Amino acid sequence: MKATVLVRPKDGILDPQGEAVGSSLRSLGFAVSRARVGRLVELDLDATDSATARTEVERMCAELLANPLIESVEIQVLAE
Amino acid sequence: MSADAPLVAVVRFPGSNDDGDAALALTSLGADARLVWHTDPVLPDRTGGVVLPGGFSYGDYLRCGAIARFAPIMNAVRAFAAEGGPVLGICNGFQILCEAGLLPGVLRPNRQLEFLCRDVVVLVESTSTVFTSSCAVGDELVIPVKHGEGSWFADPETVAELEQNEKVVLRYDDDVNGAVGRIAGVANESGTVLGLMPHPEHAVDPLLGPVGGIPILSGLVEAARVGSVVVA
Repeated sequence: MKATVLVRPKDGILDPQGEAVGSSLRSLGFAVSRARVGRLVELDLDATDSATARTEVERMCAELLANPLIESVEIQVLAE
Repeated sequence: MSADAPLVAVVRFPGSNDDGDAALALTSLGADARLVWHTDPVLPDRTGGVVLPGGFSYGDYLRCGAIARFAPIMNAVRAFAAEGGPVLGICNGFQILCEAGLLPGVLRPNRQLEFLCRDVVVLVESTSTVFTSSCAVGDELVIPVKHGEGSWFADPETVAELEQNEKVVLRYDDDVNGAVGRIAGVANESGTVLGLMPHPEHAVDPLLGPVGGIPILSGLVEAARVGSVVVA
């Protein structure tokens, strides 16, 4: 199985990186009112069914991939 | 260094770069400072205090401190802290302590998205920790900061609880990096684990500038002396 984890700065959490990207885009002339920068993690998993895969990835998020104080995650499990 | 100098372990992770300065500063303040490799499963015998130094452990991959918390030595550090042993996390060490759950909150990129490297004034906000017991509330310490991700953050309930329990230990005089409540350092419930973004190990020798780091590191050395006597 394959999975992707989209890690985002939570709403309301200051995202200086996103602000810098947004202001750079505006200075290039693009009409951008807001940018937020997160992180995409792609995983190849040994699990053979999607329920197991999702459970595993949820644990990975809790233990390492995201810090729940400041980040939210969106998990997608894809059958190969 | 006298024969009964208290042993303070300085953990060296791949990417640590203030380990040498920390050991030097601790030695100048009367400690027997020992560098300990991150894969060691145990702390040296007679360890009375631990420093997690500044740097960029494991390249700061993923999030600062997120990977270092899995280092084998961290189990020993966690156990040492649980027994009441004094643990000081400086800069990256603070980030590691937060990621390891030994201290509340998290360090975020500086609000101005710039790497800061300058002397700052921090105010002592609490003397109920082993690191600040020789200070008075309101003391101004001049200590350098050098970080890109030093903006401490926690939810309002956590901040209120820390303030209430006098575990906000150091506060920047100015808004240096966007940290919630201008907080520069926080301690655990018992005041034996402290994390701070400023670098006390760079502020102990008047030849090199301010000496605001002395009280904090001396507090650790004295706590290590007491602790090692108890252990022995």
